[in-house]
Amino acid sequence: MSAQTNLTDNRNLEVNVSPLHGLWALTNRELKKWYKKPFILTMSLVQPFIWLALFGRAMNINAIFTSGSFNIPGLNIPKEIINQISKQIMESTFGTSDYFSFLAVGMLSFIALFTAMFSGMSIVWDRRLGFLGKVLSTPISRGIIPLSKVLSAVVRAIVQASIVLIIAVFLGLDTSHITLFNVLGAFSALFLMVLGFSSLFVMLAIRSTSWETQQAIVNLLNMPLIFASNIIFPAKYMPEWLQPIVYINPISYATDISRQLLLGSPGMASLAFDFLYLGSFALTITIVGIILSWHYLSK
Amino acid sequence: MHLVEVKGLTKIFNGTIKAVDNVSFEVDEGEIFGLLGPNGAGKTTIINMLTTVLKPTSGTALIGGYDIVKQSKEVRQLIGVVPQEYTADEDLTGYENALLCADLYGITRSLSKQRINELFKLVELENAAHRLVETYSGGMRRRLELVCGLVSRPKLLFLDEPTLGLDVQTRAAIWNYIRRLKDEYNMTIFLTTHYMEEADSLCDRIAIIDHGHVLKIGSPIELKNSIGGDIIEIEVKEDADDLSKILLDIKHVKNVKRNNSTYIVRAELGEEVAPEIIEAIRAKGLHISKISLTKPTLDEVYLEYTGRKLRDAQANWEEIASIRRTIKRARS
Ligand SMILES: Nc1ncnc2c1ncn2[C@@H]1O[C@H](COP(=O)(O)OP(=O)(O)OP(=O)(O)O)[C@@H](O)[C@H]1O
Ligand SMILES: [Mg+2]
Repeated sequence: MSAQTNLTDNRNLEVNVSPLHGLWALTNRELKKWYKKPFILTMSLVQPFIWLALFGRAMNINAIFTSGSFNIPGLNIPKEIINQISKQIMESTFGTSDYFSFLAVGMLSFIALFTAMFSGMSIVWDRRLGFLGKVLSTPISRGIIPLSKVLSAVVRAIVQASIVLIIAVFLGLDTSHITLFNVLGAFSALFLMVLGFSSLFVMLAIRSTSWETQQAIVNLLNMPLIFASNIIFPAKYMPEWLQPIVYINPISYATDISRQLLLGSPGMASLAFDFLYLGSFALTITIVGIILSWHYLSK
Repeated sequence: MHLVEVKGLTKIFNGTIKAVDNVSFEVDEGEIFGLLGPNGAGKTTIINMLTTVLKPTSGTALIGGYDIVKQSKEVRQLIGVVPQEYTADEDLTGYENALLCADLYGITRSLSKQRINELFKLVELENAAHRLVETYSGGMRRRLELVCGLVSRPKLLFLDEPTLGLDVQTRAAIWNYIRRLKDEYNMTIFLTTHYMEEADSLCDRIAIIDHGHVLKIGSPIELKNSIGGDIIEIEVKEDADDLSKILLDIKHVKNVKRNNSTYIVRAELGEEVAPEIIEAIRAKGLHISKISLTKPTLDEVYLEYTGRKLRDAQANWEEIASIRRTIKRARS
């Protein structure tokens, strides 16, 4: 009997009741499941790799401007001048002299977005397999559950984006502007972007029991989100009707920050504005997401 | 004071499906309380509401004096849950899963390691602790869930169908752990089952539930007695007049049915009544050629209250298939 009382005393002394307890445990669970399956990590890198190899390298946009010698009869333009002109066309279009570098930096946002989009999926699986029910019956705060999903998405996205960046360097990314500080800046933009988008997708999944619905939402949104942004093509050369959407899309701002910092491109807005816009987006959505899940996780 | 007080608990899904209908009962500290009912009776729904996973449509319950709706956080600190499904992560080891559970209760690492080692020994999983759950059998998974439910040393443990689909030996082993938890830690245990045998041998009190209603509550013996108690069948050697009146006068006898010289007597405390019957008949100068005493089982109790027979205690094929599906779904 006295042993019994002691156990109860121990419990009260050694229990961590901070509102954040359990956050690391749940985040770590997600991460463990991820890095224990290198196959999935590799698969998620295939898509950006194909984009880079195919659009960035094989279909050389630069060549459209540089390879063919302009053979206008009666006019004899020296090769250097042609090269100079095409370089300027490239710079004024893409903000950098090669499309590969332009696209490679866009791919950082691309992979980050993909990681974020699937964070809703895992909450649906947790619900279906009963894990969510079990977690809901433990004393952790309800807000911790979506937060752990978001946090693990952030970590995964940062790791994957780093791998994409390294691959891009090997494939010939223009490294003349890259410094540690610039890389940190670009990654903090990615951090904010993933924070916002994974909160958004977790929020969409909070009551859902069907992963098919979640899959459909992801499929429906991924193409518009990517094409209505500056990931693949600069905003100013897009059709008029599309431009406002690109300027609303937070992905454009994350990508703009990365291009300004990593490639030294002139941006579509100042760095400060980019960060302000992206930061407000991330913070608002994350807070709303956590408050909603507080109320709606249990039916 | 009761540890659990359920007051008019009701759950309606999607505005139409009344899964739990105005249920009230109490559970005392230190007892093993069982909800007995067929598939779809509402057992899991009741557990989900008591463990604060689902919100009641109306009504509430107090656990340790805390309201499950308004003070859910306090309630969650008192309870442990072993759900009906296998919820452990396939890609992690049993040990990692148990550590995760301990972390969710905020237990410090040194304490949780010590407890987990202890619990793995208790459920005889220590040799498989560092294997991936993927490689566990159904019984091992169930025992791992038990470890997870116990790391926080809860005052009240919920077990949703703790032996569903397990073989006879594993089932007996789990019953054994449950009894030890009650005896050694004075833990209160709230379990659901649709096995008669399990409810009968394990529970101090049982609530029979069907279609979201509690039909009857009591100890196994009380329940059996409530339908008239034991059945004593006697055959009188001689042809004689109706003896029913004499039999009915005996204390504890509830009713008597006569079929020629055979009498079927229903009585509480059959062992005490039988000798008195023999005496009474002898006193009339008659002889008994045959006598038998049958104890009613919960099956008969269930039949009496629901008008239906509950499924046999053996796990049937349908169930085993459903367990396999659960495992497969978890693996895919
Ligand atoms: N999320 C839900 N949405 C709609 N209906 C539900 C939901 N959960 C349970 N039900 C319904 O509520 C009723 C009770 O279900 P419950 O799972 O509580 O039964 P149970 O007694 O646990 O059965 P079993 O022995 O099969 O586990 C069933 O008719 C079921 O279909
Ligand atoms: Mg159930």
